[in-house]
Amino acid sequence: MASASLEQYIRERRREKDILLMTHIVLGYPSFEASIQVIDAMVENGVDLIELQIPFSEPIADGPVILHANQKALAGGSTVAQCFDVARAVCARHPIPMLFMSYYNIPFMHGIEAFARDSADAGIRGAIIPDLPHEEGAEMLEAMAGHDLDPIFIYSPNTSDARMSAIAERGRGFVYCVARKGVTGASTDFGGLDEYLGRCRAATSLPLALGFGVSNADDVAALVGKVDIAVIGSETIRVIDERGVDAVGEFVAGLR
Amino acid sequence: MPEPGYYGRFGGAFIPEILVATFDELREAFESARNDPAFWREFEEMMSTYSCRPTPITFAENLTADFGGARIFVKREDLNHTGAHKANNVMGQGLLVKRMGKTRVIAETGAGQHGVATATMAAKLGLECTIYMGEVDVARQRPNVFWMERLGATVVPVTEGSRTLKDAINEAFRDWVTNMDDTHYALGTACGPHPFPEMVSYFQSIVGQEAREQIQASAGKLPDRVYACVGGGSNALGIFSAFLEDDGVELIGVEAGGRGAGIGQHAARLGLDDATVGVAQGYKTYFLQNAEGQMQETHSVAAGLDYVGVSPILADLHEKGRVRFESATDTEVVDALSLTVRREGLIPALESSHAFAHAFKEAPQMSPDEVILINQSGRGDKDIFTVADAFDDPKWKAFIQEKAEAYRG
Ligand SMILES: Cc1ncc(COP(=O)(O)O)c(C=O)c1O
Repeated sequence: MASASLEQYIRERRREKDILLMTHIVLGYPSFEASIQVIDAMVENGVDLIELQIPFSEPIADGPVILHANQKALAGGSTVAQCFDVARAVCARHPIPMLFMSYYNIPFMHGIEAFARDSADAGIRGAIIPDLPHEEGAEMLEAMAGHDLDPIFIYSPNTSDARMSAIAERGRGFVYCVARKGVTGASTDFGGLDEYLGRCRAATSLPLALGFGVSNADDVAALVGKVDIAVIGSETIRVIDERGVDAVGEFVAGLR
Repeated sequence: MPEPGYYGRFGGAFIPEILVATFDELREAFESARNDPAFWREFEEMMSTYSCRPTPITFAENLTADFGGARIFVKREDLNHTGAHKANNVMGQGLLVKRMGKTRVIAETGAGQHGVATATMAAKLGLECTIYMGEVDVARQRPNVFWMERLGATVVPVTEGSRTLKDAINEAFRDWVTNMDDTHYALGTACGPHPFPEMVSYFQSIVGQEAREQIQASAGKLPDRVYACVGGGSNALGIFSAFLEDDGVELIGVEAGGRGAGIGQHAARLGLDDATVGVAQGYKTYFLQNAEGQMQETHSVAAGLDYVGVSPILADLHEKGRVRFESATDTEVVDALSLTVRREGLIPALESSHAFAHAFKEAPQMSPDEVILINQSGRGDKDIFTVADAFDDPKWKAFIQEKAEAYRG
């Protein structure tokens, strides 16, 4: 991976593509070998960024699909140490940025400084921690800054303008805009997003990603010109569940 | 100045962005209610006309004589409408829901007491109601499920994770992040993100306010020791809150010792050594988790104590040495329950029986001038199936078999 910042990388890629794709996987689901195979297939088929979720027993912001993947990964014995190993392996062989996604207890129990250091050592570029609002995140933000990791913050439709600005001051890389209320996995009407995305744009100069309910090429196409990155979360896991690991490449290739 | 929502190093609000505005709204509504003297009056009025407040304290004369030690008094939260202290918090939050103009409530429940209390409040205040309950708890607390459904609530059995209280809390949050515009989440204990620990303790403080006056009137002095069982910590904080400034009053929280020490065997976060500080379900406290932060299985004969975390307020009082934590095993609890029934004609819930069990261990070593106050957080009727099993009661089994036969026919 070149040493360009995550934000620069996104801007450069955007000169070539009218929208970028970020996909999501739960590490260790259905197995670590499968995780690596899925990541390989995603990269080969043109994905621009990947969110690697370290499983947690209480993923409160996730809907049933990702929740089950978390539980099955843990039941299969997935550990945080193994997640770091896989992250290191995939960061070494793929040129695209990889981000960690997990709940705050994972870095907290690993040791916040150690988590940032180990993530950076593995080649990870940033982290999304949905249960860590910036008010609670001072220690995490400092540790991440110390290791040049980008904290990816979240906007939601009910985030006030003032709060969006406060978040923008702390975020780096891009901002993850949640498309609607609810948890991951349910469908979304992408028609009524303009007012919300307008507020997001006004609040930050960082690139914008949009996720929650993005599941097919039509959804991605609907977001062209509105955001920089479309995030495909639960749908890949659904594809794995219904059609197997081998179907992921074709699914991803068909998104754009 | 300590950070708002923090108690020492515990508490906080670790919430997804989508809920931030909802928590802002709740904090403001709670603050404005708390600063309005009419609100507490309305709450007391509701609790004295719809529930049985003030609940009395009862002198346990026979047990006092049996143990030959401290005089034992019992605060009777079992006499609340719906049979437990849970009603205090729920009616309080119900009045707040009305102030906020919301039309639907959701809640988690373990033992089913909080679920029944919430469904009752919803029926009285004309709110829609959904209760999340772990599948394991649905199976062991069927009578409460029956009543929740009769009261008009939708009971959703939660099949995720350990299928107990913590999983029900997660599901309630998942509902809330979708439906917050018209829905209030009436969390049932002094846990979760700020302002829940503070708000639930505030409503439960009615228990301690009454008990402090009553014990002085009945025993002629403040108690030497106050015992309460601790699930999430709401009944304990309710009664302890009135005595925090009284240095001479020792406060003892009794947790679920289950089958004994060792992670997975119990639900004692502060009374045994298996829990560590972590962040889950929106707050920082001691959790029964592994070294990587994954929550572990818990066990208790009492569904209402079977929980991985504990109130951040209690974690802080523990660290400051103001509250002592102990645990009582399943067997000790069933014995204490059966003794209390036989000697006093009181039927404490299995949860509450934890407080009795530990008080009984200490009472004989205390002197007759000393006074013990036990919080009987709820009544045991709901536990009839579990208790009958513990006693292996042959007549009960025959009855159930006959009932089953009749249903089959
Ligand atoms: C009767 C009774 N006591 C105690 C508890 C434990 O809760 P808390 O620690 O919040 O009082 C419950 C919970 O369901 C209960 O039903």
